[in-house]
Amino acid sequence: MAVLDHTTGSAPRPSLLNDPVFRGILYQVLVAAAVIAFFGWIILNTAQNLAAQNKTTGFDFLFRTAGFDISFTLFPWSRSSFYWQAFLAGLLNTLLVAVIGIFFATILGFTLGIARLSSNWLIARVATVYIETIRNIPLLLQLFFWYFAVLKAMPAVRQSFELPLDIFINQRGLMVPRPMPDHEFIWVVVAIVVSIILAIGIGIWATRERTATGRYPRYVINASKVADAAVSLLIGLLAFTLLGHIVTAIGANPALVWIGAVVVAALSLTRFAPIGRAILGFVFTWVILSTLLSAMFSTWSTLAIGIGSVIAGAVVAWIVQERAADRPPSEARFPTALLILIVIGIPAFIYWSTGAELAFEVPVLERFNFKGGFQLPPEFVALVFGLSIYTAAFIAENVRGGIRAVSKGQTEAAQSLGLKEGDRLRLVIVPQAMRVIVPPLTSQYLNLTKNSSLGAAIGYPELVNVFTGTTLNQTGKAIEVIAMTMAVYLTFSLLTSAFMNWYNSRVALVER
Amino acid sequence: MDNVYIRQDLVDARPAPGRTGGPIDWARHNLFSTPSNSLLTVLGALLLMWIIPPIYNFLFGHAVMPGGTVEQCRAEGAGACWAYIAARFNFFIYGFYPMTEYWRPNIVFAMLALLIIPLLIPSAPFKRTNALLFFVVFPVVSYYLLAGDVFGLRHVPTEQWGGLMVTLIISLVGIIGSIPLGILLALGRQSKLPIIKTLCVMFIELWRAVPLITVLFMASIMLPLFMPQGMTVDKLLRALVGVTLFSSAYLAEVVRGGLQALPRGQYEAGAALGLGYWKRTLLIVLPQALKNVIPGIVNTFIALFKDTSLVSIVGIFDLLNTVQAASSDINWASPTQAVTGYVFAAFMFWIFCFAMSRYSLWMERRLDTGHKR
Repeated sequence: MAVLDHTTGSAPRPSLLNDPVFRGILYQVLVAAAVIAFFGWIILNTAQNLAAQNKTTGFDFLFRTAGFDISFTLFPWSRSSFYWQAFLAGLLNTLLVAVIGIFFATILGFTLGIARLSSNWLIARVATVYIETIRNIPLLLQLFFWYFAVLKAMPAVRQSFELPLDIFINQRGLMVPRPMPDHEFIWVVVAIVVSIILAIGIGIWATRERTATGRYPRYVINASKVADAAVSLLIGLLAFTLLGHIVTAIGANPALVWIGAVVVAALSLTRFAPIGRAILGFVFTWVILSTLLSAMFSTWSTLAIGIGSVIAGAVVAWIVQERAADRPPSEARFPTALLILIVIGIPAFIYWSTGAELAFEVPVLERFNFKGGFQLPPEFVALVFGLSIYTAAFIAENVRGGIRAVSKGQTEAAQSLGLKEGDRLRLVIVPQAMRVIVPPLTSQYLNLTKNSSLGAAIGYPELVNVFTGTTLNQTGKAIEVIAMTMAVYLTFSLLTSAFMNWYNSRVALVER
Repeated sequence: MDNVYIRQDLVDARPAPGRTGGPIDWARHNLFSTPSNSLLTVLGALLLMWIIPPIYNFLFGHAVMPGGTVEQCRAEGAGACWAYIAARFNFFIYGFYPMTEYWRPNIVFAMLALLIIPLLIPSAPFKRTNALLFFVVFPVVSYYLLAGDVFGLRHVPTEQWGGLMVTLIISLVGIIGSIPLGILLALGRQSKLPIIKTLCVMFIELWRAVPLITVLFMASIMLPLFMPQGMTVDKLLRALVGVTLFSSAYLAEVVRGGLQALPRGQYEAGAALGLGYWKRTLLIVLPQALKNVIPGIVNTFIALFKDTSLVSIVGIFDLLNTVQAASSDINWASPTQAVTGYVFAAFMFWIFCFAMSRYSLWMERRLDTGHKR
């Protein structure tokens, strides 16, 4: 029987093997020794293998001429370029496709995520089917589909599909007009940047003033009223010009376009502003819907499409009018129109006064191929398509999860404070949902960037294709090349997690 | 007390509520609740009217069913060429596996179904035996059955394996191999021993940072360099090593989530009972931690299953690669040949992934015992 004996003073010493501290050190030494031995074995083997193949190691190959072609680069590339330039070209192509893919995937993903939560059964079901289909099919298969089955099956150059805005699509990819700015155009770019900064500054300042004093500054309100009319005039001009394309009576008579736009602008100054907005909503819906429908259903009669679009336009006009009538008076509204006018107006004025010119070089079909314009290879188009469509499904789920994570009590609290639906979303729901959405969203962006390496399978010259593929095959420097490629992706990953940590610490709930 | 408002007269009775229930009421609530909702419904219906008929006609209406001829597929306006899928079906399932030996993969498929279904049903008995059979006995038996060279079976080199069979092999080996590795890595990451922790963190973060395709390139190019001279590694084995290491890093992070979610009291209670580290981990910590992350583990497996298609880039004939290779089959050359192949492959992948995701959802709901804070 054990007898407790505390009289001796010191605790009984366990055997050294049962001492947790000693055991911990022992385990670690053993593991470290095993890892070092493993790596030593690998390095020894590699050295022997390389010696047997008469290969050297080192990064000096980067400064040798590459001597191969890259089909698509962002900077001038020739066969006499160096291997480090090939690395750079691949890296830039990866980043290009990632940035464009992220842009489209974000838009599509947020739309789908919100659509899946819609109270409209049909819309929610369509979004669900999209997400569940796309998420469960491998990305590589989707890329093959877009590349081999869609883009490679496009018509030959001579029968190219013509899209609006002088864009052509055929077997060799997408031909888009190339902007050709002249020397003075730099001032317009400067003006755009300056006016955007100015607009943001005015917006922040006006909000601060309102928070401090309860109302927006007087001259901002007055300027905003003028800007409202000016922006209404511009939008009205756009609307009635578009209308001119489907109603020949208006198209033939430019004066009517001006009259319509001026009426809308004048209405925006009076208390009948909602009617002006309703007119714009009606015109836009009519134009867009009838254009879309006649493109989608070529067998339907023009009359039916016209009537349908007019009815839809009337419904939109009604909705817009109801919403606009509910809006607070212009004194209490954020001066959106003023900011839009600043961003558009100042650059336009500079453009006009400096005589700068922005010409577009339009792709033109010649004997065998298109000349001029900017040629996006089909590999690029397929990769952007595949990546955006695939990642959008995942982003949509993140968005849905984020919005669902905001408890219903928050919506009810905002309602009981008397916030309107827009303010409720903008001020209460979205800021809280973003806290949940942003971390998985950034990891989706990282996934998209990593997945862009699948471009190698369809021949898009991104990092893995150019560097781990061609360069490795030509130089045989397997270790160096793969280490550099992995280092690039590791850097992306570390940057992303650094951003996430920063964001998390910024938005983390401060609990008492 | 002048400003006291008291209602003097009775409130009028409200009108009786309209129809509740029935399709019309349902439509009014779910499709036409507001003007903008009605507009969305109409636009959505138009979109469906535009998309669905061509898809239906391609897949069924104008499709050439199995038994059709290549001439029918080549005809103007023909839809999917299912006859081509039926003709090359064996290739999509077994790859270049010799036709006389098809019974061997078939037995493996049957064993897989027999072992995995009771494993997935929580109420099925003999879980321990079942798991032992599935995770240890099944892989060994399957390997010898497929590769042959024992018991008088003909030797079939891995170069001849292909199709859905290889896709399943890679994902199963990835799953079976990555579970113990991932758990060890997760435990290592949680460890208090600095060297072990650092090594595990480095391993996990490195694999998670790089795309699988570079891992596969690395496995297929660098693994032979790492081996002693004269030792060759099978091409399929290289891919298996790459896939397993890759998915174990992802699995480790999922398991870590489960370990972190476990209340500290469980660890302390284990220690208070006098259990050592391994006993505590195996008997108290892991059973609870793993149970909580079953949905996350299944999601990792879905990603792994989809990612197996990448091995086609390093020249292994998995399902996607057999479809891709068959799409240049001259005998069945027709305008819809490639699309039909992709639709077939997409459907096969979709079935497996969708089934797994439903299982994970079902498990999540089953395990949700209401203890969440």
